[in-house]
Amino acid sequence: MAPQESASTPELGASSASGFSRRTVLKGLGVGAGAIAAAPVLAACTGGSKPSAGGSASVNTTSKSTSLGSSGSDDVPKRAIQAMIDAFQTKTGDKVSINTVAHNDFQNKISTYLQGSPDDVFTWFAGYRMRYYAKQGLAAPLDEVWSKIGANFSDAIAKASTGDDGKKYFVPNYNYPWGFFYRKSVWAAKGYQVPTTFDQLKTLCAQMQKDGLTPIAFGDKDGWPAMGTFDYINMRTNGYQFHVDLCAHKVSWDQQKVKDVFDNWKALLPYQDKAALGMTWEESAQTLAKKKSGMYLLGSFVTQQFTDKTVLADIDFFPFPAIAVEGQDAIEAPIDGFMLSKKGGDNGAAVALLEYIGSAEGQDAYAKIDTSNIATAKGADTSTFTDLNKKCAEAIANAKSISQFFDRDALPAMANNVMIPALQAFIKDGTYDTKNLEAQAKTLYASQ
Amino acid sequence: MSSDLPLVGVRPDAGERTPARRRKAGNRKVSRLTSRDKVVLGIMVAIPTLIELLLVWLPTGLSIGLSFTKWNGLALSNIRNAGLSNYSFVVHDYPPFWPAVRHNIIWLLFLGFIATPIGLLLAVLLDQKIKGSRIYQSIFFTPVMLSLVLVGVIWQLVYSRDNGILNHLLGTSGKSNAIDWFGDSNVNLWAALVAATWRHAGYIMILYLAGLKGVDPSLREAAAIDGASAVQTFFRVVFPAMRPINIVIVVITIIESLRAFDIVYVINRGTNGLELISALVIQNLVGEGQIIGLGSALAVILLVISLVPIIFYLVRTFRKES
Repeated sequence: MAPQESASTPELGASSASGFSRRTVLKGLGVGAGAIAAAPVLAACTGGSKPSAGGSASVNTTSKSTSLGSSGSDDVPKRAIQAMIDAFQTKTGDKVSINTVAHNDFQNKISTYLQGSPDDVFTWFAGYRMRYYAKQGLAAPLDEVWSKIGANFSDAIAKASTGDDGKKYFVPNYNYPWGFFYRKSVWAAKGYQVPTTFDQLKTLCAQMQKDGLTPIAFGDKDGWPAMGTFDYINMRTNGYQFHVDLCAHKVSWDQQKVKDVFDNWKALLPYQDKAALGMTWEESAQTLAKKKSGMYLLGSFVTQQFTDKTVLADIDFFPFPAIAVEGQDAIEAPIDGFMLSKKGGDNGAAVALLEYIGSAEGQDAYAKIDTSNIATAKGADTSTFTDLNKKCAEAIANAKSISQFFDRDALPAMANNVMIPALQAFIKDGTYDTKNLEAQAKTLYASQ
Repeated sequence: MSSDLPLVGVRPDAGERTPARRRKAGNRKVSRLTSRDKVVLGIMVAIPTLIELLLVWLPTGLSIGLSFTKWNGLALSNIRNAGLSNYSFVVHDYPPFWPAVRHNIIWLLFLGFIATPIGLLLAVLLDQKIKGSRIYQSIFFTPVMLSLVLVGVIWQLVYSRDNGILNHLLGTSGKSNAIDWFGDSNVNLWAALVAATWRHAGYIMILYLAGLKGVDPSLREAAAIDGASAVQTFFRVVFPAMRPINIVIVVITIIESLRAFDIVYVINRGTNGLELISALVIQNLVGEGQIIGLGSALAVILLVISLVPIIFYLVRTFRKES
């Protein structure tokens, strides 16, 4: 099991980081010890095509097989990726083996995964997270692919796919907006109106509470969902640019602007689900489906949880209301997509796969199954869009700035090790310590 | 590393020459070690030593070294000296650290004063000649053998806020006053400790049962003849006679409380009221939020704390031998 495995082998993770390949470890230890040492590494390694001998720079254009490491372990994305790959295999005759790893485990092991024997192509995210691994030389540049697919994407998305060195490292698949999702039937029955200002939102929440609903569904057992609330209140309070600067630690955490974010949030805290810290986002989604909560601030992937068609057709969405600056101009819409591992850069079939994924045709194959996200390629089929899809796409298209999620815009350690406990402590009793946040940020960013 | 490789490589050759040597040794009837025996013994000593060095001491040394550096865990050229700053950060600025220390102490006290005595009680009860003793033993020992995934799943079924057995029994299931056993930081540590006890008690029970079987029956007979009650027999005669086992149990309890990890990690990865030093080590060493220097410093702190009971145990053991 993954947690145990990673638990028992921190040293091995470190040693593989220091340049041992699996092969040298095996050689050095003899068969018995080697099997023990290599077990976790082997678990991360996934077959697929082997790196070309000597890591030659030339791309093997005759290769007909490649591998895809996927974190799409939930039912809907899993089937959608399969459908996209099937379409690619039918079209080209290439063979793709898919290795699906539980979503959170995939993310937690990304460093060791990329340094071990990664698949040629792997699912990943735009933002600081993409640029970070590109900068470390663990991903192969995709300029060649982009010369063919570039016209399919908007400038904003092309920019989001670019590393610090100006090369492209990322092929976007879809993005999805964050916002408040609610059931139209519940709102119609109670006569609720979509709030556009923070005060209207608070009034609405108070009314919902009076009506016996949990105003805002919330599940933060995994720690990250609370970042969406933080990002929105931050952007609405201080503007998009401040969000970017704060995430990159260009500005101090220990300042009034950050305190304002927490203080604004405090006004919403009584209306968010009290049981948030014991629930996953999937569990919280059920409270919305069962009409126990009034609305849910989450990404549009929340609709994946509504397998009942009548529930799904009953879902609507509105952007986070305005607070102080920039109105509702900025939207949080993280981009998910694919990258090419360093090893995969030598494989022509992997490059062909990414070209296909970057085409409207490829994105349509995915979107046919996963209807909760918005394809990023121009010319992707929108004829099957539901009203909700259209609304989400429109909200993204109308936004003046598109932010990634906190953990994609910031140093991973800041998101995982600092923000998760800090936000959980805040949710628990409304306390925060910006001075300590700054002290931690200083140490962690300096370690990079 | 490479210098030891030939040792392994030599073995087939040595095998080819064996018949001749064996005959020779047999003729002389000298009980001295042949050079082949020496090679075999050498390999038998060298391989475990090598494994120990490579898998235990080398990583330990590296961890200690890395705890004085800043490193993102990727390219070696990125390592920079950090002096003691990682340690001072952990002690002064890292909010989960002191709660983790406190929780480890609570864990130790709980295991020591509740879980271990429960295991002892089970062992004493099952040591009586009652019907189906073996079956009971198996039942209590089962949790020790379960994988942590199963342990997590089982306790999720018990503790779940909306669907758990416990809230059903309390009649609070699905209501607003349902107790959030894993999410409420006031109770989740205790919920986790009960789950830990479920495993720990079975472990202790088996050790004690083995110990009880080893107690000389004549001691009990003598006590019975002297008119001692069952309770007196146990506390005055049997328990003191099991002193070696008792020491082992104390050390095991301490080590279990220090390495406590799996249950909290399954619940919520050691956040929100379930911080433990071991979980913090993993959070900082593994995954996207990899801060090697910091994670190593935490690991070294855990190592130093762990050394206390280990040294205590070794001192006791060697003193007895001498």
